[in-house]
Amino acid sequence: MAVASRTAPGRRFVGRRLRRLWSPIAHTQGLARVMLLSGASITLFFIVLAFFARWIAPYGFTQYAAHGVRFPQLGHPGGVHPFGTTVESDDVLSRVIWGAQTELKVVVLALVLSLAVGVPLGLFSGYFGGALDRGLVLLMDAMFAFPPLLLAIVIAFELGSTVSSGVVTAAVAITIAYVPQYFRVVRNHVISVREETYVEAARALGARPMTIIRKYVFFNVVQNVPVLATLNAADAILTLAGLGFLGYGVQPTQAAEWGYDVQRGLSDATNGIWWTGLFPGMAIVVLVTGITLLGEGLNETTNPVLRRRRFGRFDFEPVSPMFAEVEPPLQPDEGLGE
Amino acid sequence: MRPEPVEAQATPAFDEPLVSIRDLRTYYTIRGSFLDRLVGREAGIVRAVDGISLDIRRGEVLGLVGESGSGKTTLGRALLGLVPATSGTIELEGREVTGLSERQRRVLRRRVQVVFQDPHASLNPAMTIGEAVAHPLRIHGLERNREQLRRRVVDVLDRCGLAPGADFLDRYPSDLSGGQKQRAVIARAIILNPALLVADEPVSMLDMSVRARVLELMLSLKRDFELTYLYITHDLATARLVCDRIAIMYLGRIVEIGPADAIYADPKHPYTQALLRAIPEPDPTRAVPRDLPRGEVPDAALPPLGCPFHPRCPHAFEPCGWESRDLRELLESRWTRLAGDPLVEQEQALVGDLGVLARPTPEVRLPAPRGRQAEEIVALLDRIRAEAPDEPFWRGVERLTAEGSHVRLDFHMPKEPLLEREGKADVACHLYTEPS
Amino acid sequence: MTTEPVLQLRNLRVYYGTSGRPVRAVDDVSLEIGESEVVGLVGESGCGKSTLGRGILGLLPEGARAAGEVNYLGRNLLSLPPKAVRRLRGPELGLVFQEPMTRLNPLLRISAHFRETLRLHEPQLTKEQARRRSLETLGRMGIPPTRFHQYPHEFSGGMRQRIMIALALVLRPKLLVADEPTTSLDVIVEGQILALLADLKRNFGTALLLITHNLGIVAEACDRMAVMYAGKIVEEGTVRGVFAEPAHPYTRELLRSTISLDTTELHSIPGAPPNLVDPPSGCRFHPRCPNAMRVCVDQVPIEQRLADGRRVQCWLHGPSQRVPAGGEAPLEQPVGVADEA
Repeated sequence: MAVASRTAPGRRFVGRRLRRLWSPIAHTQGLARVMLLSGASITLFFIVLAFFARWIAPYGFTQYAAHGVRFPQLGHPGGVHPFGTTVESDDVLSRVIWGAQTELKVVVLALVLSLAVGVPLGLFSGYFGGALDRGLVLLMDAMFAFPPLLLAIVIAFELGSTVSSGVVTAAVAITIAYVPQYFRVVRNHVISVREETYVEAARALGARPMTIIRKYVFFNVVQNVPVLATLNAADAILTLAGLGFLGYGVQPTQAAEWGYDVQRGLSDATNGIWWTGLFPGMAIVVLVTGITLLGEGLNETTNPVLRRRRFGRFDFEPVSPMFAEVEPPLQPDEGLGE
Repeated sequence: MRPEPVEAQATPAFDEPLVSIRDLRTYYTIRGSFLDRLVGREAGIVRAVDGISLDIRRGEVLGLVGESGSGKTTLGRALLGLVPATSGTIELEGREVTGLSERQRRVLRRRVQVVFQDPHASLNPAMTIGEAVAHPLRIHGLERNREQLRRRVVDVLDRCGLAPGADFLDRYPSDLSGGQKQRAVIARAIILNPALLVADEPVSMLDMSVRARVLELMLSLKRDFELTYLYITHDLATARLVCDRIAIMYLGRIVEIGPADAIYADPKHPYTQALLRAIPEPDPTRAVPRDLPRGEVPDAALPPLGCPFHPRCPHAFEPCGWESRDLRELLESRWTRLAGDPLVEQEQALVGDLGVLARPTPEVRLPAPRGRQAEEIVALLDRIRAEAPDEPFWRGVERLTAEGSHVRLDFHMPKEPLLEREGKADVACHLYTEPS
Repeated sequence: MTTEPVLQLRNLRVYYGTSGRPVRAVDDVSLEIGESEVVGLVGESGCGKSTLGRGILGLLPEGARAAGEVNYLGRNLLSLPPKAVRRLRGPELGLVFQEPMTRLNPLLRISAHFRETLRLHEPQLTKEQARRRSLETLGRMGIPPTRFHQYPHEFSGGMRQRIMIALALVLRPKLLVADEPTTSLDVIVEGQILALLADLKRNFGTALLLITHNLGIVAEACDRMAVMYAGKIVEEGTVRGVFAEPAHPYTRELLRSTISLDTTELHSIPGAPPNLVDPPSGCRFHPRCPNAMRVCVDQVPIEQRLADGRRVQCWLHGPSQRVPAGGEAPLEQPVGVADEA
């Protein structure tokens, strides 16, 4: 019955694992489903914006003229510029769309870096323990003690002078602020899984530590990470916007950035110009909300404790006639053992 | 199914034991403030395995029986190399294995395998049964051909009653019942064709209706693969059905060891007798009061002096290791029995703080609390003795007097019992070695 | 039963919701426990006995619902609001679980546990009376008064279980439900605690429902017993009667599979307990029953009352009028080996 598969055993291993992770997602109901779907749609919408910015955005992010004609300064929303223009004649709509690309670039890079650094460190630290573990925990706790935004600012400031790309600077700054979280979650889970009987059994079989970590620990530990990653992504966007607001991270010459735009929009607001700050600000709010909904929806789905609450909506079948005769009246010739 | 040929190695002499353990000790240190108060010979050390010497002969099933705290699980793990030995030696097929590094030990793991107690926790939930059972072969690089590998896995699954094996390859542990999981664990253990299988309570977490089948499987595998088993359990009833020899452990030491029929027909050590008596019998007509020993297995960090079983032993006498804590136990169990009676508080006030009795010694000096006389305490003890003169405790008392403001209570000198041959078995008990 | 039974279950059903059809953990169970009686509920894993214990006390997890009657001294607990049931839990209905450490608060001394319980349920007691009652109850369970002020972690597993039982009994409940109270304990300690439980009626006048998978315990400690399989009680009667002559094939096979010191042969029941979402038709045991007949597949057995008050749900015991023609022919069935446990 088992067909000899032509795919490499390693890939089959992963494929099966992913399928098992996917199945609870496919079966969501109720509130979790609503959150998951709405969060996913919003996030997807922004991802599309980010990907296809070049084709969707009407203008470039520093474009202040077209066909030789300069755009109006602080123009009201409407017509050619549905979101209005800034004091430098940039089209707000375009800047919002390009900003989405910036946000996503930075956040994805930061996520990838955080996972690539935090998860393995957590795995090794948790599994091997000892001096390595103690040292790393100390380091990570120290980093964790800093407010992430502050830490990011300091790092962005330091890196800004050496690294030219604002995107990379911002991504690294955010990474360093969030690595401790992944480290901690993974490490703690590894410590409890390490004591499980099946890991001890693997040692008894003679498996090498790397094999044990790879096959026995990793997949059992990694379930929490996607939820953590989505929630962190939401936070990272806020941090990035914060950096931009304060003038660090992505420089205005390199890319459009929502936080920066909000900051520019501040001074406009006092003069009754609402559109330069509102639209980028709303973009931040909507995207962060979307990602958070996605994360919480995932949490509701994969966390078994939360799932159980939704069950219990069944009806008892009416008692069948057989049951009603549970204690038949005792007849003289009936009911005696054979 | 014929087993795969074992790799060529020097043929061991037939009468040489498969495993040879000599004076093995595994001590754990405790770091805990609650231990600070207690001052013993070596405070803060748990002697999980405390001087075990034993041979496991080829082809036999040796039962290692004891309750929790007996050290049987630790001994099993030491054999598997999962915990380091503090001192002593373990020889496997003539090779010394105690000091080995993890890497050297890995090669040896092919010769000794394990079946753990909890079938639900022994299998990696992220691996299918096929992957799990194939894994030992993969780890040791013994089968690179994928087709061959699959066939070997299917074969061993069939052999272990998970038939047709091909159906189980892609199932996950969560799809299997407890008994099926345990069979998968056994399959994984024997696919390497080990010489020794350590089975740690292999059926205690399975339903009654399923145990027999797993036990039968283990026995038939033993016959077909020429396996040797170390069967660790607390249940003497199942041990009887599979074991050739039985070793009874208590607080890290072997108290009795011998052929199974000798142990069951004529158990010598009082602890063995108690274990046998304690087994609940599924026959309501024969359920009589069991006369079980009082108390529980004591704290392994500070075992009783002399014979560790003496505080609970109905036959204890002079040399068994009486000490201060036994006096405390005497008083406490009396007050427990009389709990609620105002007499208890009176006596507690008379005797004072029993903290001084926590330090184990056969020479007790109990100070009378302020305002009371030592003679009153002696009188109380005499009264207690008169109420129950047959208590083994009193046999241990050599002298009880009041000396100034102290009560002086001297016990007979404690002697540790050693394993000595008595009939067909070896027993560590003064009843057989000392004149009583 | 001359006096009113302490507990009477009638047509009790407890189902767990899932993403699909519900799991029928307890499926139409009726049982009575009289004053100071010790009743054993025996079954293997997945038979629903733990769910039954929790259902009686109203401690079902989220997603589970109960129907039918749980009559405690005449009042149906299932019809009472949860608050009322909570008030009964403790002073009237006691519960002892399998893992005592997880039920005792590690931050509270034992004395504090008792003080709180008594203050909550018997506020009229003075401090001194409460202390005395606590010490007495603990003493009956073998816990020395000198250890009254220690913390749970300072006690061994066996002693913690005794403390749990004492905590349940200090309120003098009329009924104690013990769910596998000795399963995680060693055999000598188990024997000691069983002796205590068996003595409950003498010392406290408490009825006991002892839920276990171990037939030896039931033989030793119980007056009557009920055997549960796949959510139903298949046999119920006095312990002596059932052991001497089991009426239901499952009981018989279970007894034969039980390993004791006198066992000479290894015996097991082929197959595995059924899935409770979609149990087998007719009698749920029929796929594994050596005495199965054709009628056992089609029709759910009707409960019969035998001579000595025994109740059994099995077509072997009739009523023969209800068996259709040809229904008594033995059933030919190979047990699917892949279903083997």
